[in-house]
Amino acid sequence: MSRQDSGADAPTRAQLRDFYDDYALALDDGDLDRWTTFFTDDCLYRVVSRENFQEGLPLCTMECRGIAMVRDRVAALRETTVFEPRTLRRMVSCLRVNEGGQGASSQANFALYESMSDRETHLLLVGRYLDRVVRQGGELKFRERVCVYDNYRIRTSLVYPV
Amino acid sequence: MNTTVSEAPVSTWQARRWPQEREARIPAWIYSDPLLFQREMEVFHHGPTWNFVGLECEVPAAGAYKRSWVGTKSVLMVRDEEGGIQVLENRCAHRGAPICWENKGVVKDFTCPYHHWNYDLCGNLQGLPFLRGAMGKGGMPRDFRKDQHGLRRLRVATRRGLVWATFGDATPDLESYMGEEILALLDRTLGSGRLRLLGYNRQLLPCNWKLYLENSRDPYHATLLHSFFLTFGLLRTDTAFRAVPTLGGRHAIMASTYSAATAGTQNEVTKQLASLKTDFVLQDMDVVKPVDEFGDSSMINFSVLPSVFFQQHGNSLAIRHIIPKSESSTELSWTHYGFAEDDPAMHERRIKQANLMGPAGYVAVDDSEVLAQMQPVAESAPDSVQVVEMGGRDVAAQETMVTEALIRGFYAYYREKMGL
Repeated sequence: MSRQDSGADAPTRAQLRDFYDDYALALDDGDLDRWTTFFTDDCLYRVVSRENFQEGLPLCTMECRGIAMVRDRVAALRETTVFEPRTLRRMVSCLRVNEGGQGASSQANFALYESMSDRETHLLLVGRYLDRVVRQGGELKFRERVCVYDNYRIRTSLVYPV
Repeated sequence: MNTTVSEAPVSTWQARRWPQEREARIPAWIYSDPLLFQREMEVFHHGPTWNFVGLECEVPAAGAYKRSWVGTKSVLMVRDEEGGIQVLENRCAHRGAPICWENKGVVKDFTCPYHHWNYDLCGNLQGLPFLRGAMGKGGMPRDFRKDQHGLRRLRVATRRGLVWATFGDATPDLESYMGEEILALLDRTLGSGRLRLLGYNRQLLPCNWKLYLENSRDPYHATLLHSFFLTFGLLRTDTAFRAVPTLGGRHAIMASTYSAATAGTQNEVTKQLASLKTDFVLQDMDVVKPVDEFGDSSMINFSVLPSVFFQQHGNSLAIRHIIPKSESSTELSWTHYGFAEDDPAMHERRIKQANLMGPAGYVAVDDSEVLAQMQPVAESAPDSVQVVEMGGRDVAAQETMVTEALIRGFYAYYREKMGL
């Protein structure tokens, strides 16, 4: 990573806020193809429990190493997964831009609400995004997005990405 | 007729009759009756059975503990001063408060937060505040004996890095309880026993624990519901397969042969399966390319009554702990492991292939979704019966995936123990 990423070319807080909102909207709209465009080719995408994360355990609930696995996640979801229809909505708040280190790191809280086809909405997941965002060809991309969820248990299934 | 408020509630299950087709039928009322659930806990989980508690490596040094479950009871697995492992009920001998409120930690001893009764790592009551009262008043009776008021200690057995516990005084030793076939598989799957903890996945399934247990003894569904398995040849109806109930249906083995040659190809059998998608390819195939680490080209999954399923899917090894919460709620807790001697490539492979399993697993989501759908139906139609006749009506071992013999085996065992 060059110094540029953390220097003059680093995304501003306002740019990051827009980027985070775009990401959430793409997923809330169910646009999984667009979801894959938020990542760099060498990305790391993880959804991990706070329990594993705090203990430094490597197991994730979802893990994509590289864009190929991000696309595979979408393909498997479309082609083979059997699940009850649902709508998810993401609330993203408390964006924080961390200074220093290699590249810009940022974080935000998320709440993920799940509405099943014939039942009331419930809170599915709460946690925080721990991210490394880089600028690539003028666009912001996640080189790393680690979604650490606070829940001890996941309610039934986690079908869609966080 | 006169009734009094003190009269025990009428138990509906004792008045029920199992269908005359025996274990070829499952009546839906067994999934929704809270009194039947209580009886199941007494007979199985809290009775003369060996329950999975955790891995030895989770409590490496004296005072290290991990909270776990035996049936509906909270227990503590703790390493004692002598290096042994104790499993203690997490319930103060005084007023029944849980003494430990954290999932893991390291302590010198345990102190109940409520009245500060203090126990050593083996559960012995060491002291309690105001034993002799304060200012000459209060205090425990002179004949109160601390040695009679320790934490409840479970019998413990360890084998190849795993910790098992039982509430039963009459439970046979672990080896007899498992039987020769399951012991051999435990030894195969746990290898050196120098286990490396990779992490946990936990989910709360809105279904009866037996629905999950049946699912883990049901090879028939695996190639139909799980088209991901089939598409990548990880499990197919046209490969060699053994479905073996052991010890009268207490445990169950599902052994399949993995063949790289049949992956993604069709034949007469697979052509019948509409869900086979030969045009679906993954961009990163590592997730479906196992290395034959046990040297037998086999994927062997097995279910140990009452609470655990051993998973070997490719190189993703996990122990699925089935923790009943109520007649309609079950926690599924996955402990993924590797071995201390794994090279970095194998370590990476296990983590990558774990994408197939857990609450977001390419394969496992299908199961949690289906079981969540089934519970309300069972509750709405307790008098309905399920038909379990694939592969016949008996409980003999079979060499096919297209069988429900393991489910019938379980219910033969279940009915005997429950007196149903």
